[in-house]
Amino acid sequence: MATFIRSRKDMIEGGSRSERLLYSAAGGDQKQKAKGGGEGEESAESGEGSQKLAKKGEELKEEMDSLMDEIDSVLEENAEEFVKNYVQRGGQ
Amino acid sequence: MAIPTVMGTEIEFGIIVKNDPDFDPISSCVLLVNAYQEDPDGRILWDYDQENPLADARGFQVDGEKYTPNHQENLARNKTLLNGARYYVDHAHPEYSCPEVTNARDLVIHEKAGERVAEISRREATALLPDGAIMLLHKNNSDRKGNSYGCHENYLMDRRTSFKRIVEHLLPFFVTRQIFCGAGKVGSENRGQPCDFQLSQRADFFETEVALDTMVKRPIINTRDEPHADRDRYRRLHVIVGDSNMSEYSIYLRNGVTALILAMIEDGAIDRDLTLRDPVRAIKEVSRDPGMGHLLSLDRGKKRTAVEIQQEYLEMALAYAAKNDLDAVTQDVVKRWQYVVEGLSSDPMSLHREIDWVAKKRLIENFMGRKQLNWDAPQVHMLDLQYHDSRPDKGLYYMLERQGEVERIVSDEEINAAVHTPPSDTRAFFRGECLRRYPGQVFGVNWDSISFGVGDEPIKRVMMSEPLKGTREHVLDLLERSETASQLLVNMGS
Repeated sequence: MATFIRSRKDMIEGGSRSERLLYSAAGGDQKQKAKGGGEGEESAESGEGSQKLAKKGEELKEEMDSLMDEIDSVLEENAEEFVKNYVQRGGQ
Repeated sequence: MAIPTVMGTEIEFGIIVKNDPDFDPISSCVLLVNAYQEDPDGRILWDYDQENPLADARGFQVDGEKYTPNHQENLARNKTLLNGARYYVDHAHPEYSCPEVTNARDLVIHEKAGERVAEISRREATALLPDGAIMLLHKNNSDRKGNSYGCHENYLMDRRTSFKRIVEHLLPFFVTRQIFCGAGKVGSENRGQPCDFQLSQRADFFETEVALDTMVKRPIINTRDEPHADRDRYRRLHVIVGDSNMSEYSIYLRNGVTALILAMIEDGAIDRDLTLRDPVRAIKEVSRDPGMGHLLSLDRGKKRTAVEIQQEYLEMALAYAAKNDLDAVTQDVVKRWQYVVEGLSSDPMSLHREIDWVAKKRLIENFMGRKQLNWDAPQVHMLDLQYHDSRPDKGLYYMLERQGEVERIVSDEEINAAVHTPPSDTRAFFRGECLRRYPGQVFGVNWDSISFGVGDEPIKRVMMSEPLKGTREHVLDLLERSETASQLLVNMGS
């Protein structure tokens, strides 16, 4: 079995993000959080390693908090009504 | 040797008009499709003469009525776009059929361009609605009330490959590929076994292994035999088992890996027997197994998890890749497939940047934790639905994308360019370029033909039965030399 690709960094296209026809209007700054640079390189047992892990945990929590805040601001207000009325005709 | 890849997808969107008590899906679809105006004078018919959806790949013709709309209806329901796509009204849903492409990367670009086309036209259509009414589109496959609509993939295949062999080798693959290309769904429907969350939007709707139907008693393998190309050389495998993905990564693997498996079937490179005892049951079991631990029964008494079955296919693909000179995109597809299969076998939730169902599940579970909600809460169902919302400022997938929380395969520049530009390496190039260069002179279009109506002259139809002819390389010079459609026809020698 060939080696599995481990580094997520390798997998990220990066891609410039200038002109956005529609998709720039939606939100402010583009955050490109390429997670995992150097991931797996440090040992969790070393003091430095666990500190880094704790920091990473905090970052992840912050990321999630920011996502949840945004969901609060965009989620359909009357969810119950909306979901109830969402009826489609069958298609293919 | 397998024939070169030619493929495309057809996306049916969910449609609703908020704050409109008289909402009617069909007239809303017509409004939507006509709100998309690339060429305000464009009146191009869809050429139904070339269609035969009742031919069955197992070698017979099924009874039934072929639908052909009248002239007005035809114009109102169909748009052929400059990028070679077809944007139209299919039953009660708007549908975007992307142009033919030759690789998974272009497929992602053009499927994503379809999302943009839908969103542009949604905005235009909403502007025409009474105050307060707003049209919404969802790139999903179910209303969670038992109604489903599709995301169909199409792959050109060599007609010499036996259909029986295709079915045999594809069933276990189709049952299990949802682990990386399921779009995720809260709850179950269509009398499916109850569950909180499942991998696939569509799994609940598959009731049989092989059949021609696409709207009732849906089969895992669809037998529609309508190649839209030279019938003697090709078949078009019409795949109806997939989900409408938001994640570029999932789209890339859904089509990229499937195209590779089909090439391997053509080349006789599937040499392991993975036949499942009950595929229809298994597809629902896999969908209900986010932990990836469930064992499926194989025909010969063996048991395998979905991940193990994908590993078997992967191993055969690696052997195939070692012997064949695969193109760069296909090699990349194999690497990423390997990456997700490995991730799924150790820690499925670690793939929240790559796989749709994982991204959705993580988002919902965090929200539930924060708000102390359970899986039955309307807000949870709303999250599921809004993940697929086409609006860039409201759709939750787009929110993840904006926050840098998902892996991208292609760039926004590529997607935006594809909204108006056809792929350069298939007949879609000729189709799109003719529409752009000869406005008002194209009379009708189908996948394998384009007809011109110039002045009082009789309509002339140009056949395009080879999907890989009509590329930029083949026809650019011809188009450059032809200022009008009449000149084009003269220069083509017709």
